[in-house]
Amino acid sequence: MTLAYHLQVVNLLAALLLLISFAMLSQRRVVALVTLFACQGAALATSTAIVAWATGQHHLYYSAALTLVLKVIAMPWYFYRLVRKLNVNRVVEPMINIPTTMLIGIVLVIFAFNLALPISELSGTVTRSTLGIALATVLLAFLMMITRTKAIPQVIGFLAMENGLFFAATSATYGMPLVVELGVALDVLVGVFVLGIFIFQIRETFDSLDLKHMEKLKEK
Amino acid sequence: MMETFSLLPLEPVQWAWGVVLFWLALGFAALLLQRVPHLLSRLVFPLGALGALFIAGVGVAGLLLPTSTIILPIGLPDLPFHLRLDALSAFFMVLLGGAAFGITVYASGYFKSMAAGPLALLALWYHLFLGGMVTVLLANDAYAFMVAWEVMALSSYFLVTTDHKVPEIRRAGFLYLLIAHVGAISLLLTFGVLQGGQGDYTFDTMRMAEMTPFWASAAYLLALFGFGAKAGMVPLHVWLPEAHPAAPSPVSALMSGVMLKTAIYGLLRVTFDLLNIQIGWWGTLALALGLITALYGVIFAAVQSDMKRLLAWSSIENIGILLAAFGLTLIFYTDGKGALAALTLTALLYHALNHAFFKGLLFVGTGSVLHATGVRHMGHLGGLMRFMPWTAWLTLIGALAIAGLPPLNGFVSEWLLLQAFLQTPGLTQPYLNMVIPVAAATVALAAALAAYVMVKFFGIVFLGQPRDPALHEAHEAGWPERLGMLWLAAGCVLLGLFPTQVIGWLAPVVSLLTNQSLVNDGNWLMLAPVSAERASYAPLIFFAVVGVVLLLTYIWVRRVYHGRVRRSDPWDCGYPEQDARMQDSAEGFGQPIRQIFEVFMKVERETPDPFSRSPHYHGASLDKAWFIFYVPIARVTNWLSEQAGRLQHGRIQWYLIYSFATLIFLLVFTTR
Repeated sequence: MTLAYHLQVVNLLAALLLLISFAMLSQRRVVALVTLFACQGAALATSTAIVAWATGQHHLYYSAALTLVLKVIAMPWYFYRLVRKLNVNRVVEPMINIPTTMLIGIVLVIFAFNLALPISELSGTVTRSTLGIALATVLLAFLMMITRTKAIPQVIGFLAMENGLFFAATSATYGMPLVVELGVALDVLVGVFVLGIFIFQIRETFDSLDLKHMEKLKEK
Repeated sequence: MMETFSLLPLEPVQWAWGVVLFWLALGFAALLLQRVPHLLSRLVFPLGALGALFIAGVGVAGLLLPTSTIILPIGLPDLPFHLRLDALSAFFMVLLGGAAFGITVYASGYFKSMAAGPLALLALWYHLFLGGMVTVLLANDAYAFMVAWEVMALSSYFLVTTDHKVPEIRRAGFLYLLIAHVGAISLLLTFGVLQGGQGDYTFDTMRMAEMTPFWASAAYLLALFGFGAKAGMVPLHVWLPEAHPAAPSPVSALMSGVMLKTAIYGLLRVTFDLLNIQIGWWGTLALALGLITALYGVIFAAVQSDMKRLLAWSSIENIGILLAAFGLTLIFYTDGKGALAALTLTALLYHALNHAFFKGLLFVGTGSVLHATGVRHMGHLGGLMRFMPWTAWLTLIGALAIAGLPPLNGFVSEWLLLQAFLQTPGLTQPYLNMVIPVAAATVALAAALAAYVMVKFFGIVFLGQPRDPALHEAHEAGWPERLGMLWLAAGCVLLGLFPTQVIGWLAPVVSLLTNQSLVNDGNWLMLAPVSAERASYAPLIFFAVVGVVLLLTYIWVRRVYHGRVRRSDPWDCGYPEQDARMQDSAEGFGQPIRQIFEVFMKVERETPDPFSRSPHYHGASLDKAWFIFYVPIARVTNWLSEQAGRLQHGRIQWYLIYSFATLIFLLVFTTR
C-alpha cells in the first residue's frame, strides 16, 4: 500500500470520528452513548495505528495501544457497570432540543474548519488535513457537555473532548511525546475514577444524578 | 569624639542591626518564658527598653559619624538586605530610641497584671514592632523596606487587637490593617516607578535613576498616598481614631509617637533622597493636605469625649503640621531658598521629635488613668489630680508641651515653623506669596485650638470634682510607670530648654537633604533663625523669668498679702446645692467648637424629654470623611461584587458555557 491509501483510510476514520461526534450529540440513551464513545475510541486507535505505520513513528503504536486499552475497553466497561449499578439508563432530555443542537454543531464544524485552515498550512505532517475534524470533535464534545444535565453524559463528553485533543495532536504533530501521552492517559484514568466517585456522591446527596440540584450549593 | 567612635569594632549600622536581632531574640524568649510570667514584665520589657536606649545612642553616633552600610545575605536568594545608616535614619533612630525607652519602661509596669499567655504574645509583637521600625529606617533597598514595613504593620495590628475578644477592637484592627495595606500597595508601586525599568530595587540605583517630571510626579503622588495612609493624612486618617483607643496605652504611645514618624521619614527619604528632581507644586499639594489634616484633626479632637480618641485626633493634627512643614520645605527648596528650606526642615524634624515625646507621654498618662479607673470616657472622670499626683503633674507637662506653651518643646518647633511661614514673602511665585499667609494663619489656628483641646483634656480628667464616687479609689501608677513618664517629661522639658543644642544635632540631617543647614544667628542661649533682628527666643531666660515671677507672686500672695488659707466651696454664691455633675462636661466643653465647625461633622444628638424621670443625653460628632469617601467606595464595591456574583448560577452548564465562550473567543482572537 502506498501512502495515499493510508491517507485515504485516515481521512475515512476522521470522517467517522466526526460522524460519531454528531451521533453522540443526538443520542439520548446513556448506554448507547457509552457504546458510541467506545466506537470513537476504536476509530481513534485505528487511525493512530495507521498513521504510525505510514510514517514510521513508532511511539504512536504505544499511544494507539493505550487508547485501545483505556478508551475502548476499560472505561466503557466501567461506565456500563456504573450505569447498571445506578440504574440510570433512561432517555434523558437534553437542555436544548436535538435539531437545534445539531444546527449549532454544524456551525461549530464550519468554524473549526475555518480555524484549522491557517494552522494546517503551517503544519508539515501528512495528516494535517484532518486537523479541522479534530478541532470540530473537541468543540462538539464541549457542546455535548453543555447541553447535558446528567452527570454520566457529561463525563463522557469530557472524555470525548480528550479524544478530539488526542486526534488533533496526532494529526498536527504526529502526537505528543510518549511521556506526555502517558501522563495524559493517567490523568484521564484518575479523572474518570474521581468523577465516578463524584457521581456516587451526587447520587447519595441528591438522590438523583440531575446536576440542576447542585444549584442549591451556590451562595445565598 | 570622632576618634573614640571609630575605635569601636563595628560601624553604627551593625550595632543597630544587632539591637534588632536582640529584640527579635527577646520577643521569642518571651514566648518561652510563659511559665514564669513575672520575668516577662520584670526582665523582658526592661531589657527591651535598654535596647531602645542603645538604639538612641547608635542614632547619635550615626549623626556624628559618616554613613555606614552593610549587605546581609538574608531573605530570598540573590536578593540580600541592604542596610544603610545615614544622618536622616540616625535622627529618626534617636527619636525612636528616645521615645521607645520611656514607653517600654512604662510598659514593664503597665502590663504586669496581664495573664502570662497574652503577655508573652504581646511581648513578642511589641519587640517585633520595634525591630520592624528600626529596619524600616535602616533599609537601603525596596525589598528590605517593604518587608520591614509589613513587619511593622502586622505586628502593630496584633498589638492593636490585643483584646481581640471585643468585637469593636477586631473591627478597629481590621480597618487599620486594610488601610495599612492599601498604603503598602501604593508604596510598592512607588518603588516600581522609582527603579525606572532597571529591575534593580536597591536605593542606590534609584538615587542614580534619571526621571522625567511625569514619572517623578507619579512616584511622588504614590508615595504621598502610601505614606499618608500610614501617617493619618486626611482622608486616610479614619483608622487612627479607631485603632488608638483599641490598643493598650503603651502601644498607642508607640504607634502615635513613633510609627507615624516612620511615614514622615519615608516621605522625606523618597522625595529628597531617592528622587533627584523636585517640583514646586508637590510642595503646594503637601502643604494644602497638611493644613486640612491639621485643622480637621484639631477640630475633631475638640469634640471627643473619649480620652484616647481625643489624643488620636490630636495626632492627626500634628501629622498635619508635619506635612505642612514638609510641603513648605519643598516649596522653599524648589524655589532655590536653601536657607529657608533648612529652617523649615529643622522645624519639621524638631516637631517630629517633640511629638514623639509629648504624645508618648500623654498616651501613657491616659494608660495610667485607665488602669486606675477602668474608664476611657471623660464624662466619668475628673478630679484625679488629688489621687494620682504623679500622673497628673507629668501629664500636665505633656499637655502644656503639646499646647505649644513656652518654655516647653512644643513651642520651639511651632515657633520655628511660624518663623518659616513668615519668611514666604521672599518667594518668587506671586500666588504662593499671597496664599501662604493664610496657611500660616491656619497653622496658628490649629495650634491655638490644640491648646483648647489640652485644656479640655487636662481639665476634665484631672481637675474639678470626681464625677464618679468610684474615682476616690483611684490609685497612683507604680514606679516603672512613673519612671517612664518622667523620662518622657524630661525629654519635653529639655528639648524645650536647649533648642540651640538640638538644632546643632539636627544640622547633619538638614544639610544632607537641603545641602544647607540652619544658621543660628543667636548664641548658645538664644535661638534666632536666619537673622537675630527678626526674631529670637531664649528659653532659659524665659524660664528663669517665668520662675522668678511665679515665685515672687507666690511669696507676695501667701506671705505678704494675706498669708492665711481658707477652705470653702468655690462659687458658692447662692448655689448651696452643688455636686460633681454640675461641672462642665467633656461634651459641654467642646460645644462651641461643634457649633462653629458643624460643617465638618455629622452631628448626632438625642436630647432628653423635659418630663423624663431619668434624663439621658447622647451626642456624637461623626467624621464626615467617612460618609464622603468611604461609604460610597464601600457601596460601589458591594455593587460590583453583586454584579460579579450574578455570574454564579450554580448550574454547571452555565459554567461550561463560560469556558466554551472563552475558548471560542481565544481561538478567534489568536488565529486572526
